[in-house]
Amino acid sequence: MGVVKLGEAMDKKPTRDGFGEALVELGEKRKDIVVLSADLTDSTRAGWFKKKFPERFVSMGVSEQDMISTAAGLALSGKTAFACTFGVFAAGRAWDQVRVSVAYMEANVKIVGTHGGISVGPDGPTHQAVEEIALMRILPNMTVIVPCDAIEAKKATIKSASLKGPVYLRLGRNKVPVITKEKDVFEIGKASTLKQGKDVTIIACGIMVYHAILACDILKQKGIDAGLINLHTVKPIDSEIIINAAKNTGAVVTAEEHTVMGGMGSAVGEVLAQNLPVPIEFVGVKDRFGESGDPDELFKIFGLTPEDIVKAAEKVIKRKH
Amino acid sequence: MTNVKFQMSNELPNSKEYSVARRPEIKTLEKIAREIRIEILKMLTCAGSGHTGGSLSMVEILVGLYFYKFRCDPEKPLCNTRDIFVLSKGHGCPALYAVLAHMNFFKKEELCTLRKAGTRLQGHPQKGLPGIEVSSGSLGQGLSLANGFALAARMDKEQKKVYCLMGDGELDEGQIWEAALTGAHYKLDNICAIIDYNKFQIDGRTEEVKGLEPLAEKWRAFGWEVIEIDGHSIKEVMDAYDKAEIIKLRPTIILAHTVKGKGVSIFENQNKYHGVAPSKEELGKALKELDL
Repeated sequence: MGVVKLGEAMDKKPTRDGFGEALVELGEKRKDIVVLSADLTDSTRAGWFKKKFPERFVSMGVSEQDMISTAAGLALSGKTAFACTFGVFAAGRAWDQVRVSVAYMEANVKIVGTHGGISVGPDGPTHQAVEEIALMRILPNMTVIVPCDAIEAKKATIKSASLKGPVYLRLGRNKVPVITKEKDVFEIGKASTLKQGKDVTIIACGIMVYHAILACDILKQKGIDAGLINLHTVKPIDSEIIINAAKNTGAVVTAEEHTVMGGMGSAVGEVLAQNLPVPIEFVGVKDRFGESGDPDELFKIFGLTPEDIVKAAEKVIKRKH
Repeated sequence: MTNVKFQMSNELPNSKEYSVARRPEIKTLEKIAREIRIEILKMLTCAGSGHTGGSLSMVEILVGLYFYKFRCDPEKPLCNTRDIFVLSKGHGCPALYAVLAHMNFFKKEELCTLRKAGTRLQGHPQKGLPGIEVSSGSLGQGLSLANGFALAARMDKEQKKVYCLMGDGELDEGQIWEAALTGAHYKLDNICAIIDYNKFQIDGRTEEVKGLEPLAEKWRAFGWEVIEIDGHSIKEVMDAYDKAEIIKLRPTIILAHTVKGKGVSIFENQNKYHGVAPSKEELGKALKELDL
């Protein structure tokens, strides 16, 4: 699979839209699909399902804890339950319910956290989820998926519905470039290599995959051959692809729209520290809360731009023995 | 839902009219309750830890349900036609384990494995043990789970009844009140919640730790049918379950007034036995009293 061609013609679409489309498709095919929403029905795109299948839609009001446990009750009765709210509330407000009602019981609940990352923008820190990948990843039985675009989000939603057990799906609010194709294979737990490289491997998830594509282009102009992996499934992690990439390039940069503590980068670090210790640089939010602003400005403030990935790549290459 | 006048429990038909025929003898159930108490105390002493007071206070609530109303098949614990029981106050599980063993969901010999490494009888209930529908222990989640079961039953047009037993201290959890709104909003008349109102929690009397009263009025204001009973009267417990079955368009909650540590004088209303198991000496005293 080659890296996507860059240019103006690229479609832009929020990942939450891919999710919303998938929910409607699933609803038509499967009677066991039910959707719960904690008052953010239009924002999360759960509303698209509600419109078509009101009898299988459960409005929960602003009660995230109640929603998660109710979803578990539905799931334990044989339903495939999608519980939708913003990522901060799904993981933060309702974490104990996710832990006990869902993860501990292996309930077939798909927790959908939209508005992930700082790119939520003007709403500010209370609404910007930068910790929830970590909070979800540390729970036994939990699968964690961070799609990079709307097409991947749609596939991830459909595949999640066929996976028995808890899933956390991290989605974004804003339009992001569509970089994967309909025909690309998506398997939960199987990362995709977007580009082979010799000098360094960039491992990214979510919106940072696009930033990494741009970074690869800049690095190429500087004579650096960077590989790129889209690690859409943070858990279970595709150790094999990570170890092989580290073998081939001897250096890794991780890039995520999330705190560098405990998230995707940490998961990659755990794999490499135990199997093939190579230098790693972590691009992500550095132990701080978000803030209000325009998403593009915030990417600069938080060090999440393609240029930040380039700097990290140059630094990590210098650290190679 | 404005101006809905909630029917009070005393306006309901007398339960004798519709189900007295299939009722077990009260004396029979009282005898079973005594046996359950003995099993609880033996298993707690054997484990060396666990929640004595809150297990003893919920015995009649369970016995009146499982040996009378509850539809289940110990041979096929997951059969589709079963009712659902959610133990939200998970720390009371010794009482539930004793009842399930008495009904042959698993062998009585397994009771003495309570809280020991490798056991299916975890310190708080774990889904997977026959008869245990949900894992619990972190308080406040049971009523939401029960609502989920009830919503699913309604979607699937199944005639299940979903029972959920909560503690009184547990009502401090905000999630309970979120779930109370949900149950009333969806008019979940296939739910029957029960509060084991023994008036104590770890820190002391519920009214001193954080007052719950007026509790019945709170639930009525939330849109629930409230049935207040003596939670140690087998007859009142059975009557309440009968009444809960005929309430329509709103969920029912049974406010069962109980005594913490009920049945053994040295434990009754002695809150230090909230989370402490009887010593061997105390067990001896208790067994003498219960054998009478």
